[in-house]
Amino acid sequence: MGQAPRTIIDKLWDAHAVTTREDGQTLLWIDRHYLHEGSFHAFDQVDRRRARVARPDLTFAIADHYVPTRGRAGGIANLEIARMLAQLEGNTLRHGIRLVGLDDPRQGIVHVALPELGLTLPGLTIVCGDSHTSTHGAFGAYAFGIGASEVAHVLMTQTLWQKRPARLQVRVDGVLPPGVCAKDIALTLIARIGADGARGHAVEYAGSTIRGLSMDGRMTLCNLSIESGGRLGLVAPDATTFAWLAGRSSAPRGDVFDRAVEDWLSLASDADAAFDRDVVLDAADIVPTVTWGVSPEHAAPIDAVVPDPAAIADPARAAVVADALAYMDLRPGQRLRGIRVDRVFIGSCTNSRIEDLRAAAAVLAGRRAVVPGLVSPGSSAVKRQAEEEGLDRIFVDAGLEWADSGCSMCVGMNGDLVPPGERCASTTNRNFKGRQGQGSRTHLMSPAMVAAAAVTGHLTDMRELLAGRH
Amino acid sequence: MQPFRTLEAPACALARANVDTDQLIPARFMKRSRAQGYGPVLLHDLRFGPNGEARPDSPLDRPDRPMPGVIVARRNFGCGSSREAAVYALLDYGIRCAVAPSFGDIFASNAVKNGLLPAQVSEAEAEALLASDWVLDGRPVVVDLAAQTLTAGNRVVTFAIDPVWKTQLLNGWDEIDLTLAQADAIARFTAADALARPWAAPADAGGGTA
Ligand code: SF4
Repeated sequence: MGQAPRTIIDKLWDAHAVTTREDGQTLLWIDRHYLHEGSFHAFDQVDRRRARVARPDLTFAIADHYVPTRGRAGGIANLEIARMLAQLEGNTLRHGIRLVGLDDPRQGIVHVALPELGLTLPGLTIVCGDSHTSTHGAFGAYAFGIGASEVAHVLMTQTLWQKRPARLQVRVDGVLPPGVCAKDIALTLIARIGADGARGHAVEYAGSTIRGLSMDGRMTLCNLSIESGGRLGLVAPDATTFAWLAGRSSAPRGDVFDRAVEDWLSLASDADAAFDRDVVLDAADIVPTVTWGVSPEHAAPIDAVVPDPAAIADPARAAVVADALAYMDLRPGQRLRGIRVDRVFIGSCTNSRIEDLRAAAAVLAGRRAVVPGLVSPGSSAVKRQAEEEGLDRIFVDAGLEWADSGCSMCVGMNGDLVPPGERCASTTNRNFKGRQGQGSRTHLMSPAMVAAAAVTGHLTDMRELLAGRH
Repeated sequence: MQPFRTLEAPACALARANVDTDQLIPARFMKRSRAQGYGPVLLHDLRFGPNGEARPDSPLDRPDRPMPGVIVARRNFGCGSSREAAVYALLDYGIRCAVAPSFGDIFASNAVKNGLLPAQVSEAEAEALLASDWVLDGRPVVVDLAAQTLTAGNRVVTFAIDPVWKTQLLNGWDEIDLTLAQADAIARFTAADALARPWAAPADAGGGTA
């Protein structure tokens, strides 16, 4: 008697269930716990109970949210920021947790740098006090963001009580048109199902288009799962995953790696496994997409126009759109292509990996940006690789600033801010009001689209700038 | 954790959808320790202008209204980042219950862990509350968690909440104690798991990744 068919989500869940209570809550074992500077509230809770960290060997800290991206070698001038980093150092040292600190050659954004070390593997449960932890689902891991009280719980027990999520499969089949990338898939999906469209669900991305994505592309796609409200997003591991992982310092080696690959191959949804919901996209229909409003669901193809609240029947929705347009200083019916920008930002855990930088550089090569901009690679390793490939020269020659790695202008905690009222074309993940700084206006898009906006000074279909280049 | 049973307090109406956690507490305030109190920075940029002046259209700090203990908003309240500080800001301001048609998952979970009730109502009921004179006049509404009702004058609204969260809020349970009581089950799990998944431990544990 075979087992009932299961989705990859169920397989991962079942493999980590320690015990299930009568009320349905399951105690999940956590394989990896990632920390950053924001963990201080959780450490305060641990200390208040005079508790120990249960498994420091499975806990890894990295400095990213507050780290300076400029003039780093000269020390940290801002005392409050220095205090945030010292606090992380103190907390991790006291509890015997390994820290990748500011000066470490492996430093970077948690969701870029820790996969590079081979810490993120298929079949693991991974948590971090950060909503974009879904990124690690790209490897076929069950990875989700948690709040400070849950961080404290994991620190003290290496487990977490969870309710089994509903399952959503997003299938994308076919070939993406030239210049269209994972960011466009994600923004198209979010615009289609809404910023809360996947709420309460764990998402599997499947289909031939997804299989064709590189690990960098898969990480971008899974990263944005939270922007449609998904608990997590993942892709079943395959040869692309295994090749990426082989040889990384914390990944299994030799026989253990072979054994792992054998196990990982079974991490796929059974052919007849049922999902609670299905969404299907056709790759051929996806085009370069940008946001116009203050939620990632406010996204549209670059050749569309800004929506008109007067044309929206539902008054609550019309009010939301009118409010967004007022904040963004846009007119109903205005063409997206042509909206002027004041600056650009290339970075964040969404789009700061080597392929992202290559895509932006391909547009910028031999051109000048007409607006200022900042490029912050996702990790020090990405930075070194980009410099080996000469990408830094392309950015600098174009007039953009080439900085160190960190969260930077994604959230502005380190002081990299978009000034009030300014409009920024950004490769990040949130166009929320004030996200990049008080009064900042953010348009989300892919790295190549940001590069195109830098060159023209307005939102642009980057395919026009690539025409004839390849 | 402080149990939540009933609450009688004025409500404030925040007629906005997708009130994300960046709005609930802007990132620049997140360096604060909890001891400093997060109430003054709740919804900071909706309350105060660029020079710290009170905004005339602020939903909070109305001199003509009593302090609210309930907040009513449109869909997807608390979406966005996992920052638990968004919940601290609400609590430190005095708000113990958020009412909306839907909530960001992580926000709702953070809320329950801190004794703040996320009460889910239909879109129509949220709109009715947002427009209700009773709410707008700052008269007290009554929240009864056991009955899952919110009463504003003669309007009685039923709200939904996950049954597990309901029990947790009613009891004020400490999850850590519950988990520590499972120590044997955890030990059995890890022993079996080490054999089943020999590759799951970091290859250079205790070594290279320091
Ligand atoms: S880059 Fe932005 S979204 Fe990613 S972890 Fe840092 S602050 Fe969060």
